[in-house]
Amino acid sequence: MTITTVKNLRRVSQVVFFLVFFWLILKTTFPVDFSSASQNEITIPYPVSIALEFDPLVAVAVLLTSGTIYKGLLWSLVILIPTIFIGRFFCGWVCPLGSLNQWISEIPSERRGRKGAGKIKSNRYHKFQRIKYYILIFFLGAALTGVLQVGLLDPLSLLARSVGTVILPMLHVAADATLGWFKAIGFPPVMNLAQKVYDMFAWLFLTYRQVHYHAVITIGLFFVIILILNRLFTRFWCRAICPLGALLGICSRFAIFGLKKNESACDGCNACLLNCQGGDNPAIGDPWRQAECHLCLNCQASCPTGALKFTFFPNQKVTQTNPAGTPKVDITRRKAVASVVGGIAMAALYRTGDAFAVNSNPYLIRPPGSQPEHDFLARCIRCGQCMRVCPNNALHPTLLEAGLEGLWSPILIPRIGYCEPTCTLCGQVCPTGAIREMSVKDKVGSTDIPPNRIGTAFIDRGRCLPWAMATPCIVCEEWCPTSPKAIYLREEKVYNRKGSVVVVKRPYVDPELCTGCGACEFACPVVDKRAIYVTSVGETRSQDNQILLERKKG
Amino acid sequence: MEMERREFLKKTAKAVALAAIAGGTGLYFHNRVRDTYLPVITKPHTFPVPLDRQFPQVVLAKHTDPTIALQYALDAVGGIKRFIYPGERVTIKPNIGWDRTPEQAANTNPILVAEMVRLCLQAGASEVIVTDVSCNDPRRAFMRSGIGEAARQAGAKVVLPAKEDFIKVNMEGELLTVWPVLKHFIYTDRLINMPIVKQHSLSQCTIGMKNFYGILGGRRNKLHQRIDQSIVDLAGFCRPTLTVIDATRVLVSGGPQGGSLDNVEMENSVICSTDQVASDSRSVEFLGLRGEQVGHIALAAKAGLGQLDYRAAGYREIIV
Repeated sequence: MTITTVKNLRRVSQVVFFLVFFWLILKTTFPVDFSSASQNEITIPYPVSIALEFDPLVAVAVLLTSGTIYKGLLWSLVILIPTIFIGRFFCGWVCPLGSLNQWISEIPSERRGRKGAGKIKSNRYHKFQRIKYYILIFFLGAALTGVLQVGLLDPLSLLARSVGTVILPMLHVAADATLGWFKAIGFPPVMNLAQKVYDMFAWLFLTYRQVHYHAVITIGLFFVIILILNRLFTRFWCRAICPLGALLGICSRFAIFGLKKNESACDGCNACLLNCQGGDNPAIGDPWRQAECHLCLNCQASCPTGALKFTFFPNQKVTQTNPAGTPKVDITRRKAVASVVGGIAMAALYRTGDAFAVNSNPYLIRPPGSQPEHDFLARCIRCGQCMRVCPNNALHPTLLEAGLEGLWSPILIPRIGYCEPTCTLCGQVCPTGAIREMSVKDKVGSTDIPPNRIGTAFIDRGRCLPWAMATPCIVCEEWCPTSPKAIYLREEKVYNRKGSVVVVKRPYVDPELCTGCGACEFACPVVDKRAIYVTSVGETRSQDNQILLERKKG
Repeated sequence: MEMERREFLKKTAKAVALAAIAGGTGLYFHNRVRDTYLPVITKPHTFPVPLDRQFPQVVLAKHTDPTIALQYALDAVGGIKRFIYPGERVTIKPNIGWDRTPEQAANTNPILVAEMVRLCLQAGASEVIVTDVSCNDPRRAFMRSGIGEAARQAGAKVVLPAKEDFIKVNMEGELLTVWPVLKHFIYTDRLINMPIVKQHSLSQCTIGMKNFYGILGGRRNKLHQRIDQSIVDLAGFCRPTLTVIDATRVLVSGGPQGGSLDNVEMENSVICSTDQVASDSRSVEFLGLRGEQVGHIALAAKAGLGQLDYRAAGYREIIV
């Protein structure tokens, strides 16, 4: 097998893994299958969050914060262990964000720094590539204190979140608008063709209904900036920021596979540097940096003289490591310690704030089955899988509703969508157990077990039609899904403006029965600011956030 | 500076052309009214078959097997061939409002819907569409009600309502004027209403006429403010070919969504009717009420949509 073949294999591998990752996100949705054998438990037929479970950074950080390796996260060893032996193959061959970054980097540019000598210069190792290690150490320091922030920058969480809550919903808007233009032409053959193309596109990429998410501007801008940075430096994100790349770089310290340089064969053409993706100094003269190398093999493939060769046990201390004898990962002990301290300090700062300990947001309604806030934040990696899978568009990324610490974690906004009582999809897809997996029975409850509650509904008597406007309604009671209904009605005589008696049924909420699903808030006809609304009090996950002294079972 | 005549003409012509396009576009679009808000359909579409005194207008049949009960009731009102002619397109409107299973009796019995689909196809219908504008997520409602699968297997086209399938209709009612209606309830040859009998806290019952809330899109929750009149307006607009009422299981409390089997009573009955007021009036007895006690049923009778006294309309009861 020639080196070109291996390089092409790498390209195929990148495409395949990217498509698999994308396909898994597409499949993270409510499976409409009428022939489904069981009407009671609707489950996703594919392990859609498996890509995230292969992520060693998530596994390590969640282990630090929660003390466990949840379910499928053990799969991350499949990435971690080979890395120890051969280096960052994940970055060059597997990572879908890495591939996306590479493809965008590879688009030809007219800028001087992006071609010829300028590109060779930019592809040499830069000191800014150290930043990622300090970011990683900073995050792990925070994780030691129980604050999980890796999800913000972890490439797999980041890509899943960006594609699921930004890119795919944007495609939906764009596709609808395009179809609208074609329909406005009013020429039937064109309209029919456009409809056919649209249907095909919708079948491939679009959800059943257009979804709208909270706070997507921040997620979208963040993602776009990462992609644009590739036009300045090849794979800038992977080289300088990615904490997963940093973790794998550290793990590759003892790799037995690496680049062997034959100095005498080199004619100094710098073709290797022109094509280097990691910025790891493959050229003769500089020390090669294992921890930066993505194993893309471009250097070996582009070397006209055969001076570069990847091999087991290269045993070339001089070319392989920094001649000054510094560690392979280019960081200093002092700054590493400073980063840990910084991470701990940030965590302490977050927790000194009032965000959830003493002044929690009443509208911070977490998905059903969520862990207590402390544990929830210790596990949630903001991958957005729960938001993507929610059939009612009820779950959204937060902005500051859960404090800065909880940025982009899920919040349920009943006004946009309520929690379907028999739906358990969010718990099924959560890769870290921030949302516990529940059966329908666990969620709905029975005579023996209480239902899972996410909050309690309250009536705004100043806005409610029967309470404030002598007008019949009862829609909230109609929609209340518990049995018996948590919303009950009392017939009362009220006076209208003319002074005549009107009999209306006024709604009341029984907090013993209300699960906080928000169906009432969703359906309330007072559309702008609902006359019935849910706050988090009474949520099962919290011992303190309760109203009632005690609750009846079931 | 010298300029050739040809060049002068060319340049001037280009400038004039661009100016003309700009001016023309401006004038063409100036104050243009887009007709997005105008109704497409202004006249009620009605689907009834002519009155035939030879048949009773309301027939109730009772049997533990719903398909047998349906067969008896349908034969007694004239058989499927009286209602469906070969080549016709049929829309069946069950109640698929909620994310509930058949046992919970919040949605029409899927066995009945499937049987009705089969009968229509046997009678030569070219296409049978089964659809409803659900309250809960339609995917869940169609799935867990069992109707999606049962109807599909029976040969129907099951349609999950999509945003673009709604058309604006002027119903010319007292209360209901222009509303979005799912097109499958308009562009069809025959409409079969297949409600289930349920208790409702405001309208007292959800049976046949109330079932037509499910043809509407938009924020129909505000209709509750004058629920009786809105139901009557809908019933005046939507006159089905046939009403088939599922009273196999009856949701006597906790309606219209139920949830607990304690709310359900087994009645094993199916009603076929050509008078939607009379059949509602009969069915409401399962809830311990009489037609005249129910606001919208009495109001509908007063509006001349049907007879409050179902016996006067011609009533038969078949206990198999």
